[in-house]
Amino acid sequence: MSFWLVMVLAGAVTFATRLSFIAAEGRFEAPRWFRAMLPFVPIATLTALVAPELARPGGAWDVSVRNGRLVAGCAAIAIAAISRNVLLTIAGGFAVLWLVH
Amino acid sequence: MDATAPTRPQTAAPDHSPAAELWAGVRGLAPLLVGVAPFGVIYGVVAIASGIPAPAAMAMSSILFAGSAQFLLAQLFALGAPGLVMVASIALVNLRHALYSASMAPHLGHLPRRWKVVLAYLLTDEAYASAILRFSGQRASRGAANRHWYLLGTGLSLWLGWQISTAIGILLGAQIPKDLPLDFALPVTFIAITVPMIRSRAAVAAAAVAAGVALLCAGWPYKLGMMAASLAGIAVGSLAARGRTA
Repeated sequence: MSFWLVMVLAGAVTFATRLSFIAAEGRFEAPRWFRAMLPFVPIATLTALVAPELARPGGAWDVSVRNGRLVAGCAAIAIAAISRNVLLTIAGGFAVLWLVH
Repeated sequence: MDATAPTRPQTAAPDHSPAAELWAGVRGLAPLLVGVAPFGVIYGVVAIASGIPAPAAMAMSSILFAGSAQFLLAQLFALGAPGLVMVASIALVNLRHALYSASMAPHLGHLPRRWKVVLAYLLTDEAYASAILRFSGQRASRGAANRHWYLLGTGLSLWLGWQISTAIGILLGAQIPKDLPLDFALPVTFIAITVPMIRSRAAVAAAAVAAGVALLCAGWPYKLGMMAASLAGIAVGSLAARGRTA
């Protein structure tokens, strides 16, 4: 299979996934338990993406102060909780990563 | 004019015209570009290093338009994986977008089909997170009629930022020092988006469970552990919220 065809198929699947519920909206009534779950989608999904990047960088566990990503990530979480400012959080996280390296 | 008008504050009514909402979306996403741009640059570098021809590497940013999936596809290409394996892997890694679609659907149900198609194409992690924060926040009801313009603004500015940053990565290629920790940009951006959303005990429970399951299942193939963690966090969060109100 040519790589261009792979890209087009992968792109089509991704687009269909993104469109799925948006296109179906109004054609069926989602149950209440399903609607109750939706507010937690961004929190749970983004947290699930971040956690392994910090505590298992490269796949292996590394929970120590020598893991710069974990230290900088925890610092970024603290900065975000206090400031609620996106730019400050990203800059602060990188600054701490640079300091501990 | 009614008699009470002069006593009101002199500020104009909030502008929720399509243009104002579009611009608000562009501005809402702008800070996230600080984190997305380095990620786009390293995608370009990795894609070229994986042996993908520059035109294909560039086209992938608009055909797929999904950061982590593009990294995975570049890695699988370098490994010489069969085509169907590559397509199936991307489908699994991008399953989380079905959750975003479900979460966004109630806000977009009234729109004509062409709008749904365009907004679905633009529904990335960052555009989704930026827009859902506005749609479901305390001032959610304001400007509701034109809120799809806000999502369009976040989506278009992310799209443009992603195309430019991946082009820079493809052009600079090996000239970018390898020891720069640019791949830290994405986690720290997601932290900046997510932490301010965590405002209730149910939200804390959702995040804690998602983090725990994601760490325990990080070894699963095709990021299935990430999907399991997401679903577990969503389930626990909604159960915790129900327990509180019951």
